[in-house]
Amino acid sequence: MPWFISIFLLFLMYGLYGGLVLAPADYQQGESYRIIYIHVPAAWMSLFIYMVMAVNGAIGLIWRIKMAEVVAISSAPIGAMFTFLALVTGSIWGKPMWGTWWEWEARLTSELILLFLYLGVIALYNAIEDKRIASRAVAILLLVGVVNIPVIHYSVEWWNTLHQGPTVTKFDKPSIHISMLLPLLSMAVAFKFYFGLGLLVRARKELLHRERNTSWVRELLLDE
Amino acid sequence: MNSIMEFLNMGGYGAYVWSAYGITFVVMIIAIVIPLRQHATLRKRLTSQLKRKNQS
Repeated sequence: MPWFISIFLLFLMYGLYGGLVLAPADYQQGESYRIIYIHVPAAWMSLFIYMVMAVNGAIGLIWRIKMAEVVAISSAPIGAMFTFLALVTGSIWGKPMWGTWWEWEARLTSELILLFLYLGVIALYNAIEDKRIASRAVAILLLVGVVNIPVIHYSVEWWNTLHQGPTVTKFDKPSIHISMLLPLLSMAVAFKFYFGLGLLVRARKELLHRERNTSWVRELLLDE
Repeated sequence: MNSIMEFLNMGGYGAYVWSAYGITFVVMIIAIVIPLRQHATLRKRLTSQLKRKNQS
């Protein structure tokens, strides 16, 4: 655990220093563009975590593996958090650059739907007492919701959006300078480690709750 | 001193940039602290339940 946290902090420190201090200002947006170093990694995480959940949901549905169910539901609050942060930091960035906090356009709306999907998953899980059944219901909802993921990703290409197009995830060379790209990627790695950390903490709690009546939990608790 | 003020000012966008970073880090810390505390509470509750059962 300590080394895990150390790697997270290392990437975070470099990402923040490189992004806020070393990288030059943007030629169009000036210093305001520096919100990119949290906004874009948070948005990437919102999609990444959803896919992690959908895959684990499917594994739980097909092979009935308990651990996959636990991973799927334990990721949900972290995914919801990153989606929320992507929306909020985007809104704060949008105000000075677009002149509005919010616009009902494709990228923003589909990301908002993603937030509702996450909240729906959490609510559905909490509504069903039997957690094995709850996990199966959640997995089905997750798989249906996957349809939203390509919509979010391609929204800036399919529709004429206010949101700018992709700068990094393009097949040709990314249209971003290396001094801006490196801290951005570093922040993305840091957020991945944060997800690992948050998942560990939540999965532990979820497992303890689910297995509270088993002998191994009883032995574990009485041993101290 | 001047360069620090300049850094915080962020070319006039300081309020936007720093509020975005501030909200992000506060939320990220809370999102770790809450499950840690929930885990500790659950553990305590289960342990005391078990001990009570063992005594009776």
